[in-house]
Formats: sequence, C-alpha cells, structure tokens
Amino acid sequence: MPYSSIREWVTWSEPINSPYGVFNIPYELAYRVWELIGGTLAWLINLIFPGNSLSEYLAFDQTFASYIAIAIMVIVIFAVAFVINLTMIWQERKVLGRMMDRRATRIGPLGYLQCLADGLKTFLKENIMPEKADKKGYMWALVVLIGTSVLIACMIPLSSRWFVVDYNTGLLLIFGLFAIAPFMILVAGWSQNNKYSLIGGMRAAAQMVAYEVPMLLVLASVVLLAGSFNINDIVYAQMETTWYILPLFLGFIVFLISAIAESERIPFDLPEAEAELVEGWQTEYSGMKWGLIMLADYFRGYVACALIVIMFLGGWTLPFIGDGPIPELVFLLKVFMVFFIFAWVRAAHCRIRTDQILHFGWKVLLPLSVVNLVIVLAIMLAGGILW
Amino acid sequence: MSDMWITMGPQHPFSHGLWTLKIRADGEIVQEAEPVIGYLHRGWEKECENRTYPMIIPMADRLCYSASMTWSHVYCKVVEEAMGIELTDRAKYLRVVADEICRIQSHLMWLAAMGTDLGNLTVFLWSLREREFFLDLNVKLCGQRLTTNYPRIGGVRNDMPYYFERDCLRAVDRFEKMIWELVAMMDESAIFLSRMQGVGIVSRKDAANFGLTGPTMRGCGVDFDVRRDDPYCNYDQLEWDVAVCNDGDAYGRYKVRIEEMFQSCDIIRQAMAKLDAIPKTEPTRVKAPRRVPEGTHFARVEDPRGESLMYLVSDGTDKPYRLKVRSPIFVNVSASKHLVKGVRIADIPAIMGTLDMCLGETDR
Repeated sequence: MPYSSIREWVTWSEPINSPYGVFNIPYELAYRVWELIGGTLAWLINLIFPGNSLSEYLAFDQTFASYIAIAIMVIVIFAVAFVINLTMIWQERKVLGRMMDRRATRIGPLGYLQCLADGLKTFLKENIMPEKADKKGYMWALVVLIGTSVLIACMIPLSSRWFVVDYNTGLLLIFGLFAIAPFMILVAGWSQNNKYSLIGGMRAAAQMVAYEVPMLLVLASVVLLAGSFNINDIVYAQMETTWYILPLFLGFIVFLISAIAESERIPFDLPEAEAELVEGWQTEYSGMKWGLIMLADYFRGYVACALIVIMFLGGWTLPFIGDGPIPELVFLLKVFMVFFIFAWVRAAHCRIRTDQILHFGWKVLLPLSVVNLVIVLAIMLAGGILW
Repeated sequence: MSDMWITMGPQHPFSHGLWTLKIRADGEIVQEAEPVIGYLHRGWEKECENRTYPMIIPMADRLCYSASMTWSHVYCKVVEEAMGIELTDRAKYLRVVADEICRIQSHLMWLAAMGTDLGNLTVFLWSLREREFFLDLNVKLCGQRLTTNYPRIGGVRNDMPYYFERDCLRAVDRFEKMIWELVAMMDESAIFLSRMQGVGIVSRKDAANFGLTGPTMRGCGVDFDVRRDDPYCNYDQLEWDVAVCNDGDAYGRYKVRIEEMFQSCDIIRQAMAKLDAIPKTEPTRVKAPRRVPEGTHFARVEDPRGESLMYLVSDGTDKPYRLKVRSPIFVNVSASKHLVKGVRIADIPAIMGTLDMCLGETDR
C-alpha cells in the first residue's frame, strides 16, 4: 500500500453511539481527542505495517471509539473539577487574606500556583503510619473518603451540556455519597490508635446527627416544589417560575448552615478542632495523605456550594435570559459567590462546641426546616409559584 | 467510652508555652486534671546569685517575653527599696508609661492567643496588627520590641526621645478607635458568647483561696489592684478605675482585660500630661550605690498577668544572696486543676486561654 496522508486517518467524524443521546461537551471533547490520538496511532502503525486491520480498527471503529471516549472524558471531567477546586482554595486564601489584613498567596500569577507548591510540599514529606494503627481502617477510610468526595465533585453538572450522569435520582445520589464522609471520619479516627483522633471521630458522628436531618428536610421541600430529583428539572423549574431562594428563604438559611457543617468548615470543624484536639481525626495522617484530605475537604466544599446554587439560585440559568451563551461560567460564578459566604463565615466566627451544635441542630434548624416544608406545602396547595 | 488519660502538652496547640495538662476524660467530659510544669526551668533564681545587681535587669526582662517591662520594673523596685532610693517624678511617670504600653501589648497578645484557641484566626491577626503600634513605641522608647531593658536601678535608662509624646498619643488614639472593631466582632458573635459565658466559673471565695491575682482575679469580682491599693510610681496621682467583673466566668475575665486596655490608654494620656508639666531638665535616673545594705526586702508590681513579686535577701555585697520570684502564672496555673473539672474538652482552651499563660516566669 502506498504512503497515506494522516488526513485519511484523522477523520473528525460526528460521534455516533453516544451514550448520552444529547449534546455533551466533555464527551464531544473526549471523542475528538480520541480521534486525534487514535488516528495518529493508526497512521503510524500503517506506515510501518501497511494494510493491517488494527489501524482500521483504531481509526474507524465507532463503538470502540465511544468506549475510549468515555475513559478520556473521565480525565477531562476530573481535570476541570480539580481546577475549580484549586481556584476555590485560591479564592478562600485571597478572601481570608483581605479580611484578616494580611498577605495571602504569593506564588505564581496572582498567587494562583500556591496550591501546587503546597501539593508538592506535602508530596515530598515523609509518609508515616502509626505502628499500632488498624491498617485496613486507616487506609480504606481515607480511600473511601477521598474517593467519594472526588466522585460527587465530578458528578456536579456545570450546565445542561456539561454533565456526567443525568438521571432521575441524581440529587439523591449526590446527597447519599455526600453523607458517607462523616462515617469514614469516624472509622479513620478510630483506627489510628490516637486519643485525639478518636475523640475527633466521635465528634464527627455526633455532628452528623445534628445537621443531616434538617438538610434532608430542606432537600425534600425543594424536590417537592420542583417535582423531581433530576438536577436539570430542578434548574429549569426555577427558570420557569423563580429562584427558590425567594419562596424558600428559610430553607436556604437552614441549608447554608447545614452545608457549612457538612463540609466541616469553621464554625463547625469540631472533628479537627486544632486548639484542643491537635488536628482531630487527621492527627496521624501525614504527608500526601494529609494533602489529599485537605483537597477532599475543598471538593466537598465545592459540592456544598454547587448544591446551594442548583437548589436555590437557579443553577446555570439567569432570570429573563435563560441558559445564555456560556452557562458553565454563570454556574461557576454563582458557586464562587456562595463560597465567598463560606469564607466570610470562616473569617468571622469561632468554633462551636459539640453539645451546642446538637442543641442548635435539633432545637433550631430542625423546627425551621419543618416550617420550610409547611411553606412548600402551602405553595403547592395554592397551585404552585405564581408570578 | 471508659475513662482515659489524655496528656495535653507539652507540645500542643492549646498550651501557649511548654507545659502539660493531664486530663482524665470520660468521653468529652473532664473528670480530673493535673497541670505539669517544669519544662522551661533554667535556674533563673540561682543564676541571679552570681551576678551583680545591674546585670540582673536584662535577665528579668526575659522572665516573660510580653511583660518584660513590668518584670524589670519589679526587680529595680525591690533593689531601690533595699537601697532606700527615691526616684524623681520624671522617672516614675516614664515607668508608668512604659508599664502601660507593656500592659496593652501583653493583653493584645493574650487576645491573639485567645482567638486561635477558639478557632478564629481573624482575631489573632487583627490583635497582632494593633500590637505592632505599641511594639513600635517600645522601639522608639528603648530600641527593642520585646526584651526592652529599660528600667534601671534608680530610674530609667533614657528620657523620652523627640516626638515620643506625639507618637504615643497617636498610637493610643488610634488604638481606641480600632479596638472597637475587634471587640464588636467578638461581643456580637453569638458563637463567641456561647463559648465564653458560663464556662470556668470561679467564685470570689475560690479566687482568693487559689491565690489568683490580676485580671483573672478581678474577673471573679475581687476588687484589688496593686496599682491602686499599694500604689507605686505615683499611680495614686492619676485618675483611673479598676476594671472588675462579677461574673467569674471566662467571659468576665475577657471583659476585664478589654476594659483594662482602655484604662491603660487613659493612664498613658494622664502620665504624658504630667510629664509635660515636669521640667525636661529633671534627671531620669539617680545615682545608685554598688552594694546593697544587709536585709530582706520585697516589692510588688501589677503585672499584665497578675501580681508579680520579688523577694530579695542581700548580704551587703554587690550580688544578691537570694532573689525569689513570685510569678502570678505559677499560682494561677495551679488553679487549673479546679477550673477544668467537669467541663468539656472543647472548653479547656477557652478556660486556660483566659488565664493568659506565660511559662517563662512560671518555670523560671
């Protein structure tokens, strides 16, 4: 076979066999990337072994390409979530720096590369495991904790054209995975053979009891109003009527507080209260393990902010405009605005006590969330949100 | 969970300095506590016996890093009493100004530590920011930020530099304006109040029996201040109030310290006015003899942390025969055993934070 041009192999054909059935940017992107890589590979192999069937397979088999595209899509989605995460860490540092009247990050343009420097530093640290720790609990708790945190961060859709899964119980799944972390903190704290981490783990369990119920009641109210667990449906229901922060302001406040507690940030970072428990349940995690825990914390912070945006602030839509040209950017801007509130709260408040958060959760948040549910029922009985 | 002993310290975020609090905890509740000190013992008192009297002044500075002015003051005071020296008015008021600057910056350091104890880093950084202005005053007055080496036996080392009065009044005015921002952030935060109110309660009787002194005692409702009740350095000629709070809890001690800072500002202003009236030619230091006549003497001064007292036995030579230090924190920390009994582990930093620990003077 004579010499063939690379253009014959890299075809830029429209993806067929898409598992989504609708336009999905990460999948399209991944498919194009595979066409480029697979086509080039096929061309190279064909140069050496002209006329083989492997080249045909790599370049033109659409089913195979769709599988590979999904694998590449995972990387694309994770990379984007990771960059969002780094931006949030950077944002929090900048906001806290300004509020505390001190310097914030300084490495790289606008201090953006500080996270990379920190990551490198934790990576180079010695990795210590306590001799008498329960090895399985110690490692697997960490794996599950970080794994679920990254998973839900990747599952958050940025818009109706940027998502991983879009099915009817999407929100419920995210909440379910979100609630795994406190259990893992309990296991991790217990497994380390350290008194501080044990107390920290127990505090995580106590804290979870306080905020989980009000949080799910608020979720129920939003789902009742929208009539679906599907994130797309909730967002477009808000576009058609109004942002749910207006009718459900009470629920928004309850959810904001619960979300801060869920992502374990000041004032609700009891499990890692450094004043009395050194570093709480993280005490015995060193080096990159600790770095990954910190990263997972911010992944969960991102998820908390994104859930608030999806449930109360109209997701990626804008009033009177709808989706707009770049809904992803609108969504991220809203997320960063909510995260600003998180950072603000962190700058302004002290840490709360275990008995106080239980008191607060059961005697203040829970009644308020029930009132919120009653408001929703009243709206439903009156025939939905009317302009 | 059954009871377990937890050793908090000597390297622990809540222990500001090297000391250990051993607690027996039943879950989160503290059943029993035992403070352990001595990690910073450096034989200070014994070391003094081999040094001449002027050589001890810089050592006295190093008893506590944030109260160096009052510690060298109390040392100079006991030697002056032993020698029978009377200071000039100018030296007295200069010492008052220096002491009050020291008190404000020490209390700000306490507030900063309190902020991190409760998990609020903003309080920490804002307090340290305000503290810088008073450390700058220290630099102007004596060239050093912390270990000032300013008082001398028979007076102070040097007079005020040019424009010190202006800088001092500016710093005080600015402080009084800015500190409200900080106080508002704490007092209007429901979380801060819930962490501080009603924890670590000490009754008036207990405060006296434990031997608590200073803001810790005044926060329990005992109205006693060495500056007023055993006046030195013309404190009796200035008009100010002793800050007292009857609550006896951590919040009461917090309020007393905040109020004391404002009173210190008033004292600085009045002392500056008095210094204005004294002719600049008056010496700031009188000649002191080399040897101290035989005898025993003691002097006490109101330290930012309580009542600091030094007891001197002299044998007629130029070196002290014995110099005993009564550290306020040494006594206050012994009360921690009773203070933290029955509270939660989370309350320990809040309670111990209000004692304002300083281990340099405790272990000596």
